[in-house]
Amino acid sequence: MNNNAFTNGIRFIVLVLAQVLICNHIHFLGFISPYIYVLFILLYPLKNENRALFLFLSFLMGLSVDFFSDSGGINAAASLCIAYIRPVVLRFSFGSAYEYQTLKISNTNLGQRFTYLSIMILTHHLILFWLEIFSFTHIFTTLKKALLSGAFTLLLCFLFIPLFRTKNQ
Amino acid sequence: MQNIINFFLKNRYFFLFLVLLILSLFFTIRSHSYHKSKFINSANWVTGGLYETANGISGYFGLKKYNRQLVEENRRLRNLLFNRKHSYPDSIPDDSLLLHRPAVSDSTLLSQVNDSMVPQTRSYVIRNASVIKNSYHSLKNYLTIDKGKSDSISQDMGVITSNGIVGIIDNTSGHYATVQSVLNTLTRINAQLKKTNHFGTLKWNGVSENIVQLIDISRIAPIQEGDTIITGGMSTIFPKGIPIGTIKNYALDSSENYYIINVELFNDMTNLGHVYIIENTNKDEILELEQSVNE
Repeated sequence: MNNNAFTNGIRFIVLVLAQVLICNHIHFLGFISPYIYVLFILLYPLKNENRALFLFLSFLMGLSVDFFSDSGGINAAASLCIAYIRPVVLRFSFGSAYEYQTLKISNTNLGQRFTYLSIMILTHHLILFWLEIFSFTHIFTTLKKALLSGAFTLLLCFLFIPLFRTKNQ
Repeated sequence: MQNIINFFLKNRYFFLFLVLLILSLFFTIRSHSYHKSKFINSANWVTGGLYETANGISGYFGLKKYNRQLVEENRRLRNLLFNRKHSYPDSIPDDSLLLHRPAVSDSTLLSQVNDSMVPQTRSYVIRNASVIKNSYHSLKNYLTIDKGKSDSISQDMGVITSNGIVGIIDNTSGHYATVQSVLNTLTRINAQLKKTNHFGTLKWNGVSENIVQLIDISRIAPIQEGDTIITGGMSTIFPKGIPIGTIKNYALDSSENYYIINVELFNDMTNLGHVYIIENTNKDEILELEQSVNE
């Protein structure tokens, strides 16, 4: 438990730093930026999760990124929303493995993992970009940005997930 | 009563979610209005300190380019200095450079120059700072600089480089400040044509990071592609005559009375190192006067 909290704390700090110092400077083709910090929410331990703490930490994660990028509360809102819908998406993507609490993200098969990651990332990006622009007049720009940035984030998540695998489990 | 408590307990996660969501939306909506992002901004010591450290490392890679810019600017300033009719003492107060009026506050310097040439007060004070965080890809871009309240920086001062305008100081903390960039859809800056005095408002449509829009220029103004746009003297933020950019193309708006002009910025907003901050020392007086007229 203690070890788990420590790992999560380190992960939190590393992901915030990676986001604000590296990913915020990536603008592929001018508008595609990855939001790698969502990995914290995606990979938050499933076992005996304290849901209130998880919601709060996700909110805090988004807010930290907001502080650095002067963006009000858009990252906080988007992170909070995907943290809230995570159990539903987990049940939908992994089915019975999630119900019996035997699930580890790093051990799942590629198709299920793809479903889980893409639903979560796409939801996050849609909320994020919509809140950033804050109007329905630019709906196609928002959709285009969310889809392309989402694909980029998804690719990076697939590459980074093996790095976060803990050895003793 | 018991039922109500049970209801809350059963849905406690939903209520926590709701409270946090409302909080984040509150921050978002605050940030959409001018000068309201009081809490969430990168001018605090944690974010400012981190950006400063990171900038200290990455700054080494641009030293050659900065040196070239500084040499170029020195050359230009020397050119101005040598071509003046009256030669002034060659020491300029170190942290403040004088703009427009060759005014000197120091009494020993004052005695050496012709009194009738020099007004007794200086209207603009210039300070320098480094950009420690730049952004140009969202719709509302903010920069962070490494000077703050303790360096006498306060809200609504203008920020420029040797090439042209950058933005307006937004929030300040002890040692850092955020700058609302010209590449921010909330920014409005008074601007005019260099060759005539037709003025309008400079804003950004969020599309391209080197093109801004000048609106409300009357259709009788003689404009041509390539004309220079400078700041107008009507705001208390920027002095008149700071270069902004050149006209790329123009069209009439839907009412056919005003031009919408695309202005190509002189400044490369994606590549900012050192900036100057302009303080208008007469600002309070001007605002007070305008206030009394409105009442």
